[in-house]
Amino acid sequence: MPQNTPRPGRIQRAPEGFLSPEQIRDVSAGRRDFLRTAFVSASMAVAGTSVARAADGDPAILTLPEHSTTLGRPVAERPYGAPSQFEAGLRRRESPGLTRVAGSSVSFSPLQGLFGIITPSGLHFERHHQGWHDIDPARHRLMINGLVKEARVYTMDDLMRLPSVSRIHFIECGANTGMEWGNVAVPTVQYSHGMLSCSEFTGVPLSVLLDDCGIDRKRAKFVLAEGADGSSMTRTISLDRALDDVLVAWGQNGEMLRPENGYPLRLVVPGVQGVSWVKWLRRIEVGDQPWATKDEAVHYIDLMPDGTHRQYTSIQECKSVITTPSGGQTLLDKGFHNITGLAWSGRGKVKRVDVSVDGGRNWRTARLETPVLSKALTRFNIDWVWDGSPAILQSRAMDETGYVQPTYAQLRAVRGTRSIYHNNAIQSWKLADSGDVSNVQVF
Amino acid sequence: MSRFSELLLAGCLIAAAAGASADSSFPGVGRPATPSEVKAWDIDVRPDFKGLPPGKGSVDQGIELWEAKCTACHGSFGESNEVFTPLVGGTTKEDIETGRVGAYIRQDAPQRSTLMKVPTLSTLWDYINRAMPWNAPKSLSPDEVYAVLAYLLHLGEIVPADFTLSDKNIAEVQKRMPNRNGMTTKHGMWDIKGKPDVKNVACMKNCKTQITMGSSLPDYARDAHGNLADQNRVIGAVRGQQTSEGAGGGAAAPAPHPAMDLMKKSGCSGCHGIASKILGPSFRDIAKRYKDDKGAESQLIGRVKAGGSGTWGDAAMPPQAHVSDADTAALIKWILSGSPEN
Repeated sequence: MPQNTPRPGRIQRAPEGFLSPEQIRDVSAGRRDFLRTAFVSASMAVAGTSVARAADGDPAILTLPEHSTTLGRPVAERPYGAPSQFEAGLRRRESPGLTRVAGSSVSFSPLQGLFGIITPSGLHFERHHQGWHDIDPARHRLMINGLVKEARVYTMDDLMRLPSVSRIHFIECGANTGMEWGNVAVPTVQYSHGMLSCSEFTGVPLSVLLDDCGIDRKRAKFVLAEGADGSSMTRTISLDRALDDVLVAWGQNGEMLRPENGYPLRLVVPGVQGVSWVKWLRRIEVGDQPWATKDEAVHYIDLMPDGTHRQYTSIQECKSVITTPSGGQTLLDKGFHNITGLAWSGRGKVKRVDVSVDGGRNWRTARLETPVLSKALTRFNIDWVWDGSPAILQSRAMDETGYVQPTYAQLRAVRGTRSIYHNNAIQSWKLADSGDVSNVQVF
Repeated sequence: MSRFSELLLAGCLIAAAAGASADSSFPGVGRPATPSEVKAWDIDVRPDFKGLPPGKGSVDQGIELWEAKCTACHGSFGESNEVFTPLVGGTTKEDIETGRVGAYIRQDAPQRSTLMKVPTLSTLWDYINRAMPWNAPKSLSPDEVYAVLAYLLHLGEIVPADFTLSDKNIAEVQKRMPNRNGMTTKHGMWDIKGKPDVKNVACMKNCKTQITMGSSLPDYARDAHGNLADQNRVIGAVRGQQTSEGAGGGAAAPAPHPAMDLMKKSGCSGCHGIASKILGPSFRDIAKRYKDDKGAESQLIGRVKAGGSGTWGDAAMPPQAHVSDADTAALIKWILSGSPEN
């Protein structure tokens, strides 16, 4: 008997909806006779469930499962815990064909299955420019030089002795949603918005270190951050930002940074695109001019309709996306649904999120779940009863500056369709009467 | 000098240096950098060429280096689109004169090459010096960087074939970069107080009279990302859709061959594809070549450990000392057996 007995009134897509994984394997292996039996048993189950349940109840209750009648596993069997075996679907993934070299590529966070605002460290998106390393922290150094009274060197021991702060911030790649500038290109929110994560970072404010070295505040205008990896990634940060809320961080969600996220040291530049959050941070140079590094002069430049490129575009403007229901998902049933998603702004706090289920004609204001923090992901929820008819779901965020997330038409009117970077347009998900959700763009 | 007295001396020097820093608010934390340390790491070169080491290299010297170290990824003429996007192409003599790439204005560029984008020559010098070649970053001498860059500039018709690029003339050459006038910082996305350029208003009721479906996902694109049913939770309000690639597969998809994981972990896939050439030959091409060669296994294990070049072209394979003997042997066995994925 298949284990996934359907309930009456549910939308079920044949055959996957009512076949067990074993039966699906049988069908795909060509054992078609099995399908007929399965149809019979499934329709019997649908017809018979309410009767059977009224008579004696749910077998999941009536027949005690093994976990209620046997001894469980001991403590510390897994000294570093791992997700349940049933959660294997939620993994970071590459988008096939997006890049050709795994050392200079991207893996996306599975936003479609995450709750709240914190991204589990193992599901944090990745972007490397010349592969990642697991660096021995005892051999890692941070140097600060340039327009300072004294160039200085810090070991990890030194840095971790300093007064630290912990702050929750989102990190979004400047190219997040970049595949969708011209038209719809990918099926799910993992690939459309998954270069986005949010963590609690622990470290020392960069301003503390710059002061420790005696920064020349009269002449200093910019700092350069440089990584210790093969690419020695470099990005320019303006001094007012560097002295504002930038952190030199070693902690992430209560433990050290993961190697893929810059272990043992990375820059945290709240509100700014991920490329500036230099990983494996080895050096900060203070200067009086921007550096026009490779990722400021060849990549991460935004092509405008007049043929110019915007250089040093950094701020991730206010944006939101519904994560459930979202592209590639199927609603199980009509009736009550919680529409949930994420909103964020590189300019401060999210003030409001509105949700439309009719393609942007009418909007209702969603609940913002606490905490609502500056330059952090904010979770929104809104109740919805789906009547089974087609719908187009959208979310629209507003930040504390009063800026409202734009539509595709508004964004393209100013920036065209060839930019790649900084696409923060309102996302549309089309819900068909079958319950299937797909990625669309409406104008 | 004994190891102990060396340590003692180093400790005294560092302590003396730390004592010199009277201003630190955190006594005992950090120390001054030595001039040699700053020199070793301070390698950046700015658009005003601050930081540029003296040196020179000719187009001819560049050709030789290019063939040995750059061609595998970028093609002989910087035109290759196989591994990375093209370095060269899409610029004209007129662009060199005006400093604006006409292809953007005419909107007829199918793709943007590096020379179509980069406004500053310093950027290329800095990046080649710090990050190239791909599998051996920071291995080029300053003269080699000048030479490689001279050849790249020649490919873009920015300098003639007999040109020698040096710290003396690089600023003049920068004035010929095709997109040098193509950049703007006039936008509100850098400055901490920058203002947005796109505006929306939060209309709540009857906001549009007509909704046009502008773009939707073609089936092939939906199905190109694996089975979406396997990328969602198995409980909750929704399930992932079964898409063709994995339809019926689900949990039944055959497990990948253990060597697949080992191969990625050991860093092989950066340069070798299973069926496609990247920097080095594909694994299946290797298996084909050594099909009847009984000594191939031990020979290839040795080559992985020691590195080598010449067998498959000029691209050098660096020694892979970080891979254990057992892992190397397992990988070579797997490659010679045709690299089965399951």
